[in-house]
Amino acid sequence: MTGQDTALDAPWVTVVWNDPVNLMNYVTYVFQKVFGYPKAKAEKLMLDVHHKGKAVVSAGTREAMERDAETLHGYGLWATVSHDS
Amino acid sequence: MSWDGFPADDGDESVEIAAAFRAAPGGAAAYFEEGQAGVIRSLVSQIAELVSADAESSGETPAAGDLEAQLGLSSHAEAPDDPVLARLLPDGYADDKDASAEFRRYTEETLRSGKISSAQTVLASLPPGGGEVRLSEPECQQWLRALNDVRLALSVRLGITDESEDLSERLSPEDPRSAYIWVYQWLAYLQDSLIESLT
Repeated sequence: MTGQDTALDAPWVTVVWNDPVNLMNYVTYVFQKVFGYPKAKAEKLMLDVHHKGKAVVSAGTREAMERDAETLHGYGLWATVSHDS
Repeated sequence: MSWDGFPADDGDESVEIAAAFRAAPGGAAAYFEEGQAGVIRSLVSQIAELVSADAESSGETPAAGDLEAQLGLSSHAEAPDDPVLARLLPDGYADDKDASAEFRRYTEETLRSGKISSAQTVLASLPPGGGEVRLSEPECQQWLRALNDVRLALSVRLGITDESEDLSERLSPEDPRSAYIWVYQWLAYLQDSLIESLT
């Protein structure tokens, strides 16, 4: 994520992993829908997932990250929670 | 999921008339031939059965099980053995088995019922004989999830691991699964058209 000081300080993150199935515009759409991100930001995150294999899509408390991961699983994205050490 | 019961031989003809969604007032719309509706209904039903049958067969502790069910807790603590289920119900932590088990206990039942609900929305809105389908925006959401679940399941069964691979060369023509390469690609096209209709 870029330009998000709060995100950098937060101890827990939600990571989305690349997979060969989910469509690029679907992943972008889900990021917009789930996080309310503007399209440009959602697209950048999608491209990070696509090119780098994974991307941090949200940061915050552990409980909030588990909710995000659960929501993303509902959309069929492969998301995990991790401690941003 | 099994590969039985699908019309596997009309792929080439259907390519020319592949159904796609278009934007419509309040949501999206598409026209489906009977065969196309049959393929989608069959695959979506199988996902719902897979997700619910496995849930029923495991939570067996009587009293505690009921209470856990009421609380939305799952008796499942480990990732499913079936690779399709494992993809549909993934771990919540990449490198922490205990945390994944706990996450699964608290989220898996909700995740399963959500997938069943999406499948039911598709089955309720897509007539077995095909025809014009008009979806509200919430129904479009359910369709997107259901189509995505089917594609995830197919990808596991077809062994798709590389998005840049030429799928037509993936399997030999004699392989009974080869017909589903076309289904997989068509569903991607259909899902793509639905997303474009909404954005």
